[in-house]
Amino acid sequence: MTGRKRTLEAISFELVMTGIAIIALVIIIAPSLVVLIVSFTSGFSLRFPPPGYSLRWYAELWNAWQLHFAAKNSLIVALWATGLSVVLGVGAALAISRSRTLSARLLDSLFMSPLVLPALAFGLAALMLFSLVGLPVSPLTLVIGHTVVCVPYVVRNTVAALAQLEPTLLESSAVLGASRLYTFRRIVLPLIRPGIIAGAFIAFMSSFDNVPVSLFLRDAATDMLPIRMWQDLEGKLDVTIAALSSVLIIATVALVAVMERVTGLSRRLTN
Amino acid sequence: MGRAPASRDVTSYGMGLAAPLALFFLAFFVAPLLQLLWLSLHNDTAALHWGLGQYLHFLTDPFSLRVLGSTLLLGAEVTATCLVLGFPIAWLYQRVGPRLQTIIILIVLLPLLTSVVVRTFAWIVILGRQGIINATLQSLGVIDTPLKLLYTQFGVVIALAQVQMPLMTLPLITALGRIDPNLDDASCSLGAGSWRTFFRVVLPLSLPGVIAGCTLTYAAAITAFITQSLIGGGQMLFMPMYLYQQASTLQNWPFASAISIIFLLAVLAVVSVFTTLGRLSRGYGGA
Repeated sequence: MTGRKRTLEAISFELVMTGIAIIALVIIIAPSLVVLIVSFTSGFSLRFPPPGYSLRWYAELWNAWQLHFAAKNSLIVALWATGLSVVLGVGAALAISRSRTLSARLLDSLFMSPLVLPALAFGLAALMLFSLVGLPVSPLTLVIGHTVVCVPYVVRNTVAALAQLEPTLLESSAVLGASRLYTFRRIVLPLIRPGIIAGAFIAFMSSFDNVPVSLFLRDAATDMLPIRMWQDLEGKLDVTIAALSSVLIIATVALVAVMERVTGLSRRLTN
Repeated sequence: MGRAPASRDVTSYGMGLAAPLALFFLAFFVAPLLQLLWLSLHNDTAALHWGLGQYLHFLTDPFSLRVLGSTLLLGAEVTATCLVLGFPIAWLYQRVGPRLQTIIILIVLLPLLTSVVVRTFAWIVILGRQGIINATLQSLGVIDTPLKLLYTQFGVVIALAQVQMPLMTLPLITALGRIDPNLDDASCSLGAGSWRTFFRVVLPLSLPGVIAGCTLTYAAAITAFITQSLIGGGQMLFMPMYLYQQASTLQNWPFASAISIIFLLAVLAVVSVFTTLGRLSRGYGGA
């Protein structure tokens, strides 16, 4: 800030902006910290601050087989949906990324639309279609539904990575006699891999966390973790959920740290 | 040679690679939505009689209209809260060193990737009768009986604002990063104060980011089923829960379909208003 006078007016502006920013950052981070602290309570309620500290609710969580079962289902569905999203999404991203045709732009809008449309409406629609064609709800219908709402993240991140790719690299490779497949394997794929991984990671997290689609496409045999937690919370405020939430928060922090290293996740989401 | 004609563009791939996903979307995204539309145009649950009965029912029923109205209002309140709180974060981000920048971005990012149920649960702990706010106020002697914060509009708005904050902040950080910092200095050295520079230079130039952020936040806030139902409780009904009740509890699929279509159209209308504003602002902010 060269030559700017430190007037009262400038100071008031900076104080207000910095103040709100700090309040906002605290509002963002505080809830997670509160859950972490409350999960170690020795009491039976979610009182804050806790009357004492213990690991009893983690022991409780260790024995909560219903939650384990739901977590396992969610994990399996999320892994399949992510895999399917990568296979379908990377191909689609390659096709539409460098094309300026109308059909490419229309496909791009189509592939992105699940991000904006109410997922609950899609969940209901999918359930009605599956019941029309006689496909009962199962892990398969869950994987299909989740893939529809998760694939946009893979497409978007892969398209962004492809946009950064120097076209001259591909031309040089072709001039030097490399086949398209060889160029793809040795040049394109290594360069866009971090983008694909970042997209797959976000797709995985959003599938694992999905409620609106799962709500319609699961049954008792395919209980999903976020729905189990939601229904537990509707019934009673159980501290076990705080312990589980803490485990999920820690796992998310660890995964984000790894992803930041591998893919530069934060840069990707602000470009 | 002979493998590929010399003129062939080696930098792009054929549209054929998009075919699998296009077919997948046709079968499992477009077809279900078309079926939803088809069913919503029937007057009876057996889908034998065509008609606009479901829509007429919704549009003439004060209760349904109130649910729609409060949902759209909720979205506006959450979006405004996110904008007021999120903009200073993006502003601060541009003014601190790289290490603080990484910390800010990770603070903003983490909630985006943390489970929505977990984040909502945290707000139950904070806003509850024995939660932090009530405990603090009571120990300070400000209040005698706990305030009712959970199951109120205020609680839903603040919880949703926190849950959706990253969607607002990330585009704003991007937009502010694209503004030439010299403009800021130029405006100040020409005599405009910091406030005036902010409202006349920085804010208009960041409009594309503001609009992108508002679109994402609004769409996410009005469809945020979990947070709405857990923080709002049974007394506050918004469109997603209304839809779910009609479809699941009452098994009234045609009416649920009509609710879905009306909700879809409402979201699309809001998004296209934002998109149009974005296009208008681009001439402004693209500089």
